[in-house]
Amino acid sequence: MSILVNKDTRLLVQGITGHEGAYHTHAMVEYGTHVVAGTSPGKGGAVTEDAVPVFNTVAKAVEMTGANTSIIYVPAPFAPDAIYEAVDAGIPLIVCITENIPTLEMIKVYKYIREHGARLIGPNCPGLITPGEAKVGIMPGYIHMPGTVGLVSRSGTLTYEVVNELTQAGLGQSTAVGIGGDPIIGTSFIDALELFEHDPGTEKVVMIGEIGGTDEEAAAAFVKQHMTKPVVGFIAGRTAPPGRRMGHAGAIISGGVGTAEGKMAALRAAGIQVAEAPSEIPHLVQQA
Amino acid sequence: MKIHEYQAKEILAQHGIPVNSGELATTPAEAEAIARRIGKMVVVKAQVLVGGRGKAGGVKLAQTPAEARDKAQQILGMDIKGITVQKVLVADAADIAQEYYLGAIVDRGTQRVVIMASAAGGVEIEEVARETPEKIHRVSIDPLVGFQDFQARDLGFAMELPAALIRDFVKICRGLVASLMATDASLAEINPLIRTPDNRLLAIDAKIDLDDNGLYRHPELEKLRDPNEDVPAEKLAREAGLNYVPLDGNIGCMVNGSGLAMGTMDAIKLHGGEPANFLDVGGGANEQRVTTAMRIILSDPKVNAVWINIFGGITRGDVVARGILAGLQAVQTTLPIVIRLVGTSSEEGRQILAAAGMVALESMDEAAAKVVALSRERSAQGQTTQKEAGA
Repeated sequence: MSILVNKDTRLLVQGITGHEGAYHTHAMVEYGTHVVAGTSPGKGGAVTEDAVPVFNTVAKAVEMTGANTSIIYVPAPFAPDAIYEAVDAGIPLIVCITENIPTLEMIKVYKYIREHGARLIGPNCPGLITPGEAKVGIMPGYIHMPGTVGLVSRSGTLTYEVVNELTQAGLGQSTAVGIGGDPIIGTSFIDALELFEHDPGTEKVVMIGEIGGTDEEAAAAFVKQHMTKPVVGFIAGRTAPPGRRMGHAGAIISGGVGTAEGKMAALRAAGIQVAEAPSEIPHLVQQA
Repeated sequence: MKIHEYQAKEILAQHGIPVNSGELATTPAEAEAIARRIGKMVVVKAQVLVGGRGKAGGVKLAQTPAEARDKAQQILGMDIKGITVQKVLVADAADIAQEYYLGAIVDRGTQRVVIMASAAGGVEIEEVARETPEKIHRVSIDPLVGFQDFQARDLGFAMELPAALIRDFVKICRGLVASLMATDASLAEINPLIRTPDNRLLAIDAKIDLDDNGLYRHPELEKLRDPNEDVPAEKLAREAGLNYVPLDGNIGCMVNGSGLAMGTMDAIKLHGGEPANFLDVGGGANEQRVTTAMRIILSDPKVNAVWINIFGGITRGDVVARGILAGLQAVQTTLPIVIRLVGTSSEEGRQILAAAGMVALESMDEAAAKVVALSRERSAQGQTTQKEAGA
């Protein structure tokens, strides 16, 4: 079992003929994901090297292929439009890989998504993967292993680091979700934790946070009140200076809010085991 | 991107917010001339992109043009948190009956823009939030409907603004929200917004932080960037599309991915060392990016050891390895370098490095311990050399 994506995922790639879109479509097909359609306005009727049919619009792609999940690789200026198009075509799960979308645009997108009952993962995220079933993102698939540890993270490569540690320790994953490093994101830690709590295939959860905002603190309170499954945490950015953006638009300590110490304290207060380094995570998961 | 007070005030004024008159001076003589034009008491304010300039002595009152010249002389060239003051704003020193705070900010909790107002103005709003949170009033903007006048009235009455000023306050709130939206700012604040003894509202200090992600659609805002405050290494990094933040330590690091870059800094600290920087070299760590990243790291004279930490995902380890070799070829250095390479095609990558006499580690902990030890050795050698030189 898993959350959000699995064998039944029928994936649509928005921006399939672009450099990024084409490259990652190939990797996802190779992994075994059912990529059923792609869109590229004006190139409808074409078929990609991976034998994926291309459509002009998302609505047409959904009508013809029954796509139920979309992944977006279009550049930042066009990404909000791509998200709205997917929502209007009735796609319930939209994964936006694109980074550098203006925050004020995302505020509108977020509201629209919520009002229409769709779910957005990202933006500025690596996507998500249910090992052995579906890879909907840009992560290296081979480091993952099917299993029962759920993973949710704001980061990309740091997530790969942790997944790699887990797999090497023989701890497979139910689903690994990268929720994205922006200040405004579609799916929060709490949303993902809630899904893992209700997933019979997930026994334990690892959450990887970082400086900035208060999403980890809110997640800690949620874990304490609503979760029966054990959670192990890690927070990146203990050495980050205040007031500076550490790559991710959301990774910034401002006005004393969003420090790693504050987040680690909140997690510990909620009974979550907090790792000092990624290499400690497998051990803490085994003990939890 | 941060911009100066005088630039923020120009943006606010363009959106109908009354600001105290003032002009920018780069010499004491200019400051004197501006003070003469204003014709009354002025305030001379250092224009630097760091907080705490008041406490550092970067803001001074001047009764006469001659005094404005003296104060400007004192402030220009002053060092505030490592930044040399190159310009001052000489502005009308308005009389103050009451100070307020008014700010618009992207609030991550509510995923909306929130307007905050307080009658406790003139001090840092974070301080008010900590000590007396009940003195801060908030309304949030519906992203589809936009800011409404009643919300401004709610704020004005909540902070007990005189009723006669509510109409003007509504205009100021609208102007502030418009300033934020028009520039894709993540923060626009007036602190303080003052009430004068003759009952006018005036913005006498302002701050606007721009969302870097929004800059592409505001090319006109790029010219607000202050070249004098741009650390050369940071400028080089930005132009190369690398994320770089200098820190105080001596272990330079080059990492792919922001989260892992923070994790790498933390690992250095955990092993008893101090990171010299944050640097995300991005997904495609090719020769050009590695070369630029190495140049940036080595431009920091504090750096005495370098850690390259790459988790090959999209990027193949062999490609990264060739990039590292070519980059190190282009940027000759005698500093110890620790490479840790895992992930996609990392085995080939390690072989390529081994053929060139470089060992790439697999464990992050091992790499952290090694680079910290090498950095310590270097520091010890440095001290010995200094002693010898001194003797």
